[in-house]
Amino acid sequence: MEHIRTTKVEQVKLLDRFSTSNKSVTGTLYLTATHLLFIDSSQKETWILHHHIAAVEKLPLTTSGCPLVIQCKNFRIVHFVVPRERDCHDIYNSLLQLSKTAKYEELYAFSYNPKQNESEQVKGWQLIDLAEEYKRMGVPNAYWQLSDANRDYKICETYPRELYVPRTASKPIIVGSSKFRSKGRFPVLSYYHKNKEAAICRCSQPLSGFSARCLEDEHMLQAISKANPSNRYMYVMDTRPKLNAMANRAAGKGYENEDNYSNIRFQFVGIENIHVMRSSLQKLLEVSGTRGLSVNDFLSGLENSGWLRHIKAVVDAAVFLVKAIAMESASVLVHCSDGWDRTSQVCSLGALLLDSYYRTIKGFMVLIEKDWISFGHKFSDRCCQLDGDPKEISPVFTQFLECVWNLTEQFPQAFEYNEVFLLQIHEHVHSCQFGNFLGNCEKEREELKVKEKTYSLWPFLLAEQKKYRNPLYNPDFLPELSLLEPNTVSFNFKFWRNMYHQFDRSMHPRQSVLNLIMNLSEQNKQLEEDIKELEAKIKQRNGQLDVVLVKEHQQSAHPAPVALKTPPCFKKEQPPIPGNETVRTIEGSNTADNRYSELVSEFSKAEPAVVSLEYGVARMTC
Amino acid sequence: MEFSELIKTATVENVLLSCAGLPAVRGTLCITSHHLLLSSCPGGDVELWLLIRNVDAVEKRVQNLGWYQPPRTNSSARDTRLTGSSGTITLRCKDLKVLQLEIPGMEECLNIASSIEALSSVDSVMMMYPFFYRPPSLKLEEGWHQFPLEQYFQQISSQTSQWRLSTVNQDFSTCPTYPPAVIVPAAVGDEALRKAARFRQGGRFPVLSYFHPKNRTVMLRSSQPLTGPNRRRCREDETLLGTILDEGERGFIIDTRSAQAAKQARMTGGGTEPKSSYPQWRRLHRPLERGRPLQESFAKLVEACSDPSLSMDRWLGRLESSRWLSHVKAALSTACLAAQCMDREEATVLVHGAEGTDTTLLVTALAQVILDPSCRTLVGFQGLLEREWIQAGHPFHLRCAHSAYSHARLKQEAPLFLLFLDCVWQLSRQFPFSLEFGERLLLSLFDNAYASAYGTFLCNNEKERSLCKVKESTHSLWAWLNRPEEQQKLLNPLYSHNALVIWPSVEPQSIQLWQGLFLRWIRPSQHLDEAWAEIQRLVEENNTPAKESTGNRLSQSLSDHTAGMENRR
Repeated sequence: MEHIRTTKVEQVKLLDRFSTSNKSVTGTLYLTATHLLFIDSSQKETWILHHHIAAVEKLPLTTSGCPLVIQCKNFRIVHFVVPRERDCHDIYNSLLQLSKTAKYEELYAFSYNPKQNESEQVKGWQLIDLAEEYKRMGVPNAYWQLSDANRDYKICETYPRELYVPRTASKPIIVGSSKFRSKGRFPVLSYYHKNKEAAICRCSQPLSGFSARCLEDEHMLQAISKANPSNRYMYVMDTRPKLNAMANRAAGKGYENEDNYSNIRFQFVGIENIHVMRSSLQKLLEVSGTRGLSVNDFLSGLENSGWLRHIKAVVDAAVFLVKAIAMESASVLVHCSDGWDRTSQVCSLGALLLDSYYRTIKGFMVLIEKDWISFGHKFSDRCCQLDGDPKEISPVFTQFLECVWNLTEQFPQAFEYNEVFLLQIHEHVHSCQFGNFLGNCEKEREELKVKEKTYSLWPFLLAEQKKYRNPLYNPDFLPELSLLEPNTVSFNFKFWRNMYHQFDRSMHPRQSVLNLIMNLSEQNKQLEEDIKELEAKIKQRNGQLDVVLVKEHQQSAHPAPVALKTPPCFKKEQPPIPGNETVRTIEGSNTADNRYSELVSEFSKAEPAVVSLEYGVARMTC
Repeated sequence: MEFSELIKTATVENVLLSCAGLPAVRGTLCITSHHLLLSSCPGGDVELWLLIRNVDAVEKRVQNLGWYQPPRTNSSARDTRLTGSSGTITLRCKDLKVLQLEIPGMEECLNIASSIEALSSVDSVMMMYPFFYRPPSLKLEEGWHQFPLEQYFQQISSQTSQWRLSTVNQDFSTCPTYPPAVIVPAAVGDEALRKAARFRQGGRFPVLSYFHPKNRTVMLRSSQPLTGPNRRRCREDETLLGTILDEGERGFIIDTRSAQAAKQARMTGGGTEPKSSYPQWRRLHRPLERGRPLQESFAKLVEACSDPSLSMDRWLGRLESSRWLSHVKAALSTACLAAQCMDREEATVLVHGAEGTDTTLLVTALAQVILDPSCRTLVGFQGLLEREWIQAGHPFHLRCAHSAYSHARLKQEAPLFLLFLDCVWQLSRQFPFSLEFGERLLLSLFDNAYASAYGTFLCNNEKERSLCKVKESTHSLWAWLNRPEEQQKLLNPLYSHNALVIWPSVEPQSIQLWQGLFLRWIRPSQHLDEAWAEIQRLVEENNTPAKESTGNRLSQSLSDHTAGMENRR
C-alpha cells in the first residue's frame, strides 16, 4: 500500500478507443492494493488487475485534462483523462510501482483468498494428476518406465521430478545424455500413442558444436527408437529454422548429425525464436490499435507483422509431427534450443491433434499442466510476472492458444470447450491470481510452496465449466485416437478478433451465436432431463397401478377401469423454460461507434449503448 | 441460328471428370443445346448436369502422344485402342467452380471445347435456357407479379400523401431504364417529370427509392444531372428536388463519385447539383469503385483464392492487392451514411453516381436492409431486389455476362450485385439473428444472376424484358424459391424479428472474407456444414413443436402402459 498516494479520483473520463468522435464516459477511478477500478455514471465497473498492466503512459496535458493510457497483457487498452495533472501523476507513479513486482511473494496469488478451506485447497491441487495421465496413455509398459533419475532435480532443474524414459535407457545413459544437452534437458517422453506404440519425446538441442559426439546421447535416441516395436526409424524434429540451428553450432550447440545417430530422420521445421515472436506481436498490436484504419493498411500490417505466418508455422510443425506418428507409426523427438518454448508448442499441439481427450475441458487442463507447466515453460519470464529482462518476454503460450482457436474454427464440433475458455486461460496466465503459472519450473514452484500458499486455477474453471462448454461438441466426432487433420492452407488462419479486441465492443457481432446456442442446448438438455424424470415417475406409478390392478383382479371379476384422465405426474411443476426472447438479446447498435459518420461532424447524437459482449472476466478477478 | 450448328460433337465416351474435393468420375459426356451432361459408365447415373451458360472460360490442352498406350489392367477393350492423343478441357464456371474433363482423342477434345465456347457465348437473350425451361411443378406466370410497385406505393400512401404513382414512363419513352411506374412527389406533374428527365443522364430523374416509416424521411435516387461545361440548369429538376423539402429543411446528396470525378464529368456533359441552384441540398462525396476496376478486383481475389500453395505473406498480400474488402467496407460505410442521414438526422437523401444504375442502387438497396426490418425477411428481401435492382434497371445482362475467370475482352462486366450480396453477408455475420434468410439464398442469387434457368435476372431493364416477353415466356426465380420445400432450405434458423436499425461495424477487423462464396469449391466445408446442421437441430428441438412432442412422448408412455394393462385384462 505504500505505493498508493491517491486512492480515489472523481470526474475521470474513459475514452472509447475506436470512436473518432472522442466518445467517453465519466466516472470515478479507485486504486486498491490489487486492482484499478473505474465505476462510470451508469455504475458499470471496469476492473483492471495490477498484474495485467503491461505499460502505463502519461500523454501530454490537454485542455480536458491529463490523459493516461494503460495497456494490459490481455490486450485491453484503456484511455483515461484525469482532470488534475497532480492526480494523474500520482496514479501514474503508483501504477508503475504496483504493476512491477520484484518478488514472487508479492504477487496476487499469495494474497488471493477465495474462501476455500485447506482440504478444498489441497483437493484443488490434486485435480490434475500427471501420473494418472501417463497411465491413461498406457505408460509405464513393456517399453517405457518411470525414471527416478531426476527425483531431486539433480540432473535437470527445469524438468519435473517424474520422467518417463525407455526401459533400456539406464541411468548412466540418462546422465550422459543430459550432459550433452542444453540445460540438461535430455530426451524424455511427452506423449505415448498406445495404438501406434509410437511416442512424442522432447529435449533441448545437443551440444554438438561442429563435430562433438556423445555415445550416451546416441544410445538414448536408439533406446527411444527401439521402444517402438512397429518402426525401425524415428524422426528428430528441430523446430528452429535451419540457419538458426547452424548458427548455434558456433556456440558449441547445434543439432543432431544424421551420420552419428542410427536410423534417425532429421527435419527442420522453421519456427522463429522468442524475439521474433515478441516483435511480431508488437507489430500486430500497433496495427490493430490504429484508429481509422483502412482495410488495406490492416491487411498489409497483418502481413508485415508476420503473426499469422508464425501461427501457421506452428500448426504446420504439429501436422508434420502427427503424420509421422499416425501414418508411419514412427516415434518423434522434438527439440528447439532449450526445449521449453517451440518444443512445448509443437508437442502439445501434436498431442491435441492425436488424442481427443485433450479436446475436452479436463483434458486441455491436463495438456497444459503436462507440456507447459511441468516441463518448464518459463511462464514467469515469458509473461513478465516479475520485473525482469524485457528480452525474455514472448507470447509463446498465446500463440499456442491461438493455434487451438484456429483448430476450433475448422472443427466446430471436435472440441468440448469454446473460445471463452481459451480467453479465460489466457487471462489467468497473466493474472498471477492462481499458483499454477507462477515461476519458471516445478522446482521454483515447490520452493515458493505454491501448493500450500496459493490456489489452483483448474477447480475454479471446472466449477463454472457451463460457460466454457461448446454447445456443438460431439464426443463421437471422430473415433477415439483418430487424427484431427487440419487444413493449413493460408486462408484458414484468421485474425483472432476476440483475443486482440476482446474489450473493444463496437467491433464484435452484435448478436452472439455462441451464447444463443449455449442457451438452446442448455434448455434442450433440461427438457430431456425433465422427460426422463417424468417417464421414470410414470413407470413407477404404473408399476404401482399394476400391483393395484393385480390385487383388484383378485378381488373382483370386473375391475373398474383404471382412470388416467389427469395423470398426476403432469402436474409436476415444470421449471420455467426461458423463452427465446430472453436469450436473443436483440440489439441494434450505435452509429456513433462506427466511423462512417466521420465527415458529417454534426452527427454525434449518442445513443445509450445496449451492447454487452464482455466475457466474465471481472467476476472471477474480484 | 440452330443450336445443332454449334455442336460439333455431341457425345464422347470414356471421359474423366475431376473437380476439386470430389472423387473423379469416368463416363459419357453429352452436349445438348444448353447443358453439358456426364453420366457415369456403369448404371448411367448422371454425375454432372452443367448449364453451359455457367461456363465462364474454357481452357484446352491436347497431347499428341504418338505412341501406343499400354493396356491397363481391368480396362475395357476401348481403352487399349491406339488413342495416340487425348486432351484436357478445364471449365471455369461463373459460380467459381472449376471442372476438368479428360477426353480421349484430340479431335473430340477440340470439338467439345469449341462447342462449349460457342454455346456459352450465345448472346441473344431469347436463345437462353430460361426460354426453354419448363419445369412441371411451376406455372409460367407464377412469381412475376409478386412485387408490384403499386403495392409498395400503397404502403407509403397510407402514411403520407406527398407522393404519387406516376405512369409517365408507361411506354418507356421518358426513361428507357425505368419501370413503367415510378413514385414521385405529388406536387410534380408528368410534364415536369419529362423535362427533368431530359436533364438527367439516361432520363433517370429523381424518384423515390425508400420511405422510412420511423420518421417519414425519404431516400431518392437518380442519375447525374447534365450540367455540362456550361453549367446548364433545369427549373423542373430544381423544383422537383425543392418541393420535397419544406422551408428550412435540409437534404443530403450522396454522390458515389469523388468530388473531382464529379467535376470532371462536366466535361462530358454530366456533373453535379451546384449549391447555388439547389440551396437546401448538401453534397457529400463517397467514391465507390465500379466498372472495370471492380471487375478486376473480383478476378484478382478469385485468383488468389484458387491458389492453395500461397504462403501466408503472399496470401495476405494478394488479398490486400485485390482491394475487394476495401470495396466492401466502402459500400457498407456509404450505405450507413445514407441510413444515418435518414434515421438520425431525419433528412431526405438523394443518391446518385453517374448513370445511377450501379453504385447508386448498391447504396440505396443496402441502406434499406440496414434500416428496415421488412427488407430482412425472405420475401421482403426478394421484393427489395425486385424493386431496387431488377426494376430499377441494373443492367444484369451486361454486368453479369462474364464472371471472374473470363479471358474474353471485358465490355461492361462488373460485380456490383455480388458486392451487394457480400455486404448483406457481412451484415448477416454481425447480426446473425436479424436476417430471416441464410447464406444459401445469397449464394443462390449470385449463381442465378450469372447463369440461370429462370428469367428473373435476364436483360438490362424492364423495357428489354417486355420486348423479349420475359415475363410471358420464362419462369420466375421467386416462384421456385418460394416453394415451401425450397424456402425451408433458405431460412436462417436463428432468425427472430429485430425492429431496430442494424448498424454494422466497418472496422477492417470486422470485415471478413466471404469464404462461403469465394472458397465455396475450394475449402473443405464438411465440418462447418455438420456444425450448421447441429445448430439447426438444436433450434428445432427447442421450438414449441418439440416441447409439445415431449408431452406426446409422455402421454404415449402412459397410454402404452394402459394398453398393456388392457391386454392383460
